[in-house]
Amino acid sequence: MIAIKNLERSWKDFNLKDINLTIDRGEYFVILGPTGSGKTLLLELIAGFYIPDTGEIWIDRANVTNITPEERGVGFVYQDYALFPHLTVRENIEFGLIIKKLPKDEIKRESSRMMDLLGITHLKDRYPDTLSGGERQKTATGRALVLKPDLLLLDEPMSALDARTKSGMQDEIKKIHKEAGVTIVHVTHDQTEAMIMADRIGIMMDGRIVQVGTVREIFNMPKDRIIADFVGTENILEGSVTEKIDGLIKINIGSTEISTLSDLETGCKVNALIRPEDIIISREPQRTSARNNIEGVITKIVNLGAIVRIEIDGELVAFTTKQSAEELGLDTGEHIHASFKSTAVHVLKK
Amino acid sequence: MNVRCMHIKSNKNLAKQLKREKLLLLFFFLGLFLVVFVFITLGDMFYRQTGDISALFSAVKDPVVLTAIGTSIAAASLSTLIAFTFGVPLAYLLARKNFIGKSIIEGIIDIPMMIPHVVAGIALYGVLMRSGVIGAPFNMLGFSLIDAFFGIVLAMLFMSLPYLVNTAKEGFKTVDERFENVSRSLGASRSQTFRKVTFPLAFPSIYNGCILTWARGISEFSAVLIVAYFPKSAPILIYERFTSYGLSSSRPIAILFVIICLALFTLLRTSEWRKKR
Repeated sequence: MIAIKNLERSWKDFNLKDINLTIDRGEYFVILGPTGSGKTLLLELIAGFYIPDTGEIWIDRANVTNITPEERGVGFVYQDYALFPHLTVRENIEFGLIIKKLPKDEIKRESSRMMDLLGITHLKDRYPDTLSGGERQKTATGRALVLKPDLLLLDEPMSALDARTKSGMQDEIKKIHKEAGVTIVHVTHDQTEAMIMADRIGIMMDGRIVQVGTVREIFNMPKDRIIADFVGTENILEGSVTEKIDGLIKINIGSTEISTLSDLETGCKVNALIRPEDIIISREPQRTSARNNIEGVITKIVNLGAIVRIEIDGELVAFTTKQSAEELGLDTGEHIHASFKSTAVHVLKK
Repeated sequence: MNVRCMHIKSNKNLAKQLKREKLLLLFFFLGLFLVVFVFITLGDMFYRQTGDISALFSAVKDPVVLTAIGTSIAAASLSTLIAFTFGVPLAYLLARKNFIGKSIIEGIIDIPMMIPHVVAGIALYGVLMRSGVIGAPFNMLGFSLIDAFFGIVLAMLFMSLPYLVNTAKEGFKTVDERFENVSRSLGASRSQTFRKVTFPLAFPSIYNGCILTWARGISEFSAVLIVAYFPKSAPILIYERFTSYGLSSSRPIAILFVIICLALFTLLRTSEWRKKR
C-alpha cells in the first residue's frame, strides 16, 4: 500500500533521515515517537504537502513523490483538526464532495450518512468554534472519511481529548477502520494509545524510524536501551552472562541471578529488560512456569487507580491490580517475592 | 435581560474596573486626548457653519460641488478596485512565500507611506506626463493622464496601495497553512483552495484594507493637485474656493464632503460587521 524509500527532508534545523517503511493495505500503523521527532513532517510528506529532498513515496504501486496532495486521494486529520472556521459542520463535511462536483442530492445523502455514522447530525448547522474537542474530532474524521479514501493519515488525533472521550473515539476509529477497510497511519506520542490502536508500530526518534514491529515486539523486545526507556520499560537491569546451557542463559544481577533464553555467550555484559506488568507479586515464592524469583523489600507503593505500582529494593518496579494488592495486604517495608517467566526477559547486549 | 440593560450593566462594570485599575484609567484619559482632538476640530467646523446653514444648502445644490465630490468618490473607488486586483495576489505571495528580493519588494510597497505627498505628486507627474514612461504609451493611444480622471485614479492608487497590500498580507498570515493543506487533501486544487478557504478566511482583513485604501485615496490632495488639477476633485475644489474666496466659501463644501465620506465609511464598516459571523 505505502512504500517509503530512502526518504530525507530538512526543515529549518531539523532533518528526517533515511526513512524506509512499508505499510500494508488495510493495516493500522502507528508512528510512535517523542515530541519533535519528525512524526508530523513524515505524515505531511506522505500526504504531499511537502516534497522530499531525496527518496520516494509509493502509494498503491504508483510513485507519488512529485504528485500534488489533491491527486493523491489521501485523507488527513490534524492534531487540532483544522476545521474550516467559516463553514458549518455540514459544510465542512461536504467540502470535498462539492470539490468532486458530485450531484447535489448525492452530496446531501453522503454527508448525512457520515454525520449519522458519527452521531453528529444534531451539530450540522454549528460552526467549529462552538464544538467540543470530541465533536471537532468527529467532524474532522467525517470530513476526511466521506471521500472514502484508501489511506487516512491521523496526526495525534486524540491528544486534545479528555480520557473518557478519547476512549470512545478510539473505539469509534477502530470500528471505522474495520468496517471501511481503510489503511490508517496514526501518529502519536502516547504509548497506551499506540498499544490499543496499532496492528504495527514504527518508533520514530530524532528524524529516524528506529524500530518497526508488532505491539508485542515493540514493547517487549525494544531494539536498544533508548527505545526501551521511551516505551516505558521501567526495569532495565545491568549484569553479565554467567552460564549458557541449551540456549538458556543465566545473568548475574548484583546479588541475584535470573535466567532467560538467548544466544549470547558467557561473559557478555547485558541489560535485562522486564516490563512491570510481566512481574507477579506474591508472599511466597512462585513454583510454576515463572522461572525467575527475586526476593526483596517494598520501598514504595503508588496507587494509580485500578493499578498499583510497587517498587522493590528501589530498583525493580512491578504493577499489580488494586484488588490483588489489597488481598495481599501489601505495605512498604514488607518482604515479598517478584517472579517472572524467562520469556518475559528481553536481553540487550551492552 | 434586554439589550439596554446589558449595555448599562457592562458600562457600570467598566466604570468599576477603571476605578480599581489606575493604569487603565490613565490609558483612558491619554486615549481620550486624541478622540477629543479629532472631535473638537471637526465639531468646531460644523458648529461655525450653523450660523450660515443656507450656504450649506447652496453647496448641496451646486452642480460643480456635486461633480467634484462624485469625481473623488469614483476615483477612490476605482483606485481601490485596482489596488485590490493587483494587491491581493501580491499580499498572498508576500505572506506565504520566502524568496530572494522579498524584503526589497516589501520596502518598495511601503515607500508611498514614507515620502511627502507633494514629492509623490512630482514623481507621478514625471512618469504620467506625455513623454513619461507610463504617459507616453497612453499618449500614443490618444489618452492623456495629466489633468485627467485616470490621472487622479493613479495618484490615489500610488498613495493608498500600501494600506491594502500590508493589511491583506497580515490577513493571509493569520490563515493557518494547515487549512490549505487539509483543503488540498480533500481534492481542492491550489486555486480552489485560495477561493474557498484562504480568501474567505482572510476576507475581514482584506475588506478592512479596502476601506483604508479607499479612505486614503479619497482624502489625497497634494499628489492629485500636481497630477490632475482637472477634473476637479473635492479636495482641489475646497482648496481653490479657500484660496480664492476664503473660509466662508470653502467650509460648506468641506462639511458636505465630510458628511458624505463619513456616511459611506460608516456604511462600509457596518457591512463589514454584518459579514462577520
